[in-house]
Amino acid sequence: MKLKANIATSENGFIFNPATGDSFTSNGIAAEILTYMKAGESEAEIKQKILDRYEVELCQLERDWDDYMLQLKEANLLDL
Amino acid sequence: MKQKYERPTIRKMNTGLMNKFGTRTDFDPVESIDGVAVKDLVAQYGSPVFVLSEKQIRRNYQAALRSFKTRYPKVQFAWSYKTNYLNAVCKVFHQEGSWAEVVSGFEYHKALGNGVAGHQIIFNGPDKKEADLILAIENHSLIHIDHFDELYLLIQITQRINKTAKVAIRVNFDTGVYPIWDRFGFNYENGQAWTAINKIAKADKMELVGLHCHIGTFMLSTAAYAVAAAKLCQLALKCKNELQNPLQYLDLGGGFPSTNTLKGAYLPGVDTVPSVEDFAEAISNTILEAGFDTDELPLLILESGRVLIDDAGYLIGSVLANKRLSDGRRATILDFGINILFTSNWYDHKISVAKESGQYTEETVLFGPLCMNIDVIRESIMLPLLERGDQVVVHKVGAYNMTQWMQFINMRPAVVLIDQQAKSHLIRKPENLTYLEMMEVVPDYLKI
Repeated sequence: MKLKANIATSENGFIFNPATGDSFTSNGIAAEILTYMKAGESEAEIKQKILDRYEVELCQLERDWDDYMLQLKEANLLDL
Repeated sequence: MKQKYERPTIRKMNTGLMNKFGTRTDFDPVESIDGVAVKDLVAQYGSPVFVLSEKQIRRNYQAALRSFKTRYPKVQFAWSYKTNYLNAVCKVFHQEGSWAEVVSGFEYHKALGNGVAGHQIIFNGPDKKEADLILAIENHSLIHIDHFDELYLLIQITQRINKTAKVAIRVNFDTGVYPIWDRFGFNYENGQAWTAINKIAKADKMELVGLHCHIGTFMLSTAAYAVAAAKLCQLALKCKNELQNPLQYLDLGGGFPSTNTLKGAYLPGVDTVPSVEDFAEAISNTILEAGFDTDELPLLILESGRVLIDDAGYLIGSVLANKRLSDGRRATILDFGINILFTSNWYDHKISVAKESGQYTEETVLFGPLCMNIDVIRESIMLPLLERGDQVVVHKVGAYNMTQWMQFINMRPAVVLIDQQAKSHLIRKPENLTYLEMMEVVPDYLKI
């Protein structure tokens, strides 16, 4: 999963898609994941970082990851 | 140390005119009810579970009584059994001094079982069985006649058993609120009510002691009660002047709203519904100015139900699952549905999380656990991010849910009363398969 190249993000979770004009807010973890994605990190690397930093089990993270990717896809933010 | 986790989520920002009716999302968790922790209630009684606050019930009753008694000298409340007829609840109201208002034979027997004196039971409703009527006559209960067939039946019964029935008639009229509730009782405007009164006056064994009306439910207009009270007063004065039959009481029924928010309302119920004080003002002033002599003012009876118990009831439930719908909306499946939360059909119930959570919220559809598409608790609600197993607390569910609930797909859960010392008591056990099958009979030929 790769974020579209033109998507602008800020540290506090604001997302802007210049192609559509849509803007979004995100919570802390969502913003963090976006930062990693923009830096080109792989899915496995990002998940490991989240597991290391947060109180969450892998099965929970896997579930939430899939849902998050679905949200990004629905929001037209992913480069499919 | 690791940080607290919250599932990642984004929310689209919409531009447009600001909603001047917009209200703040309620993030505050409800971790306890009357001093008892929600997690302890779930651990002890399971999930879902209805919880009633005795303190709030008594507070509501005393406040409502005070609202009327500070305006009118003779006031009596009669607890509306159909609103919540769990015996523990009824007994709290009876301890406070409330009579009983029942609408069926089994409710009548429940009231007797709860120790209510026969003459303090008001028997309403269109379906009174002959045996129930005989019992009510013998107990000197106040029988509110609903239709002419019932009136003629009562005349026959009283003659047969040679006992006098204490009766009132139920009157319906145009109060300016439409549609008119004219299916109950006798109409005022077309003279039907006066005809019924005359028939009672001519009957040997019938004593007309009062007049009754029940103009609607969840009434948002105090003016309608003023109109109703004025018309009842006119009828009562006519009874006195033309029939020399002064009446002992006027019963204005129920119908006062709770502060729940009706579906489609712009503003929350707490900001829009009139208070009991407002209703008391409208009703009391009307009766006081109707023309009764001071020493002949009738007793004012009120059969309030919803307004006295709705905000004393909570439903605790748990999240079963989260999912995303085809249009991208978040959906949360809870372990309670419309089968036990009947009022979610017409209220946007306030729902709180039961533990501290992040400030980030998302729009969610709340579904119940039933295998039915209509099992929707809230079509749209902003809630913090919920996870499987998290508890939620639904507010203001004390009225009607514990009588209109149905056993469908899932059993009905436990009901708990928290007393004034913050101690919880089981007042209705959760149902089980044995209870469910207790009334079933399998014909011999189908037994293996």
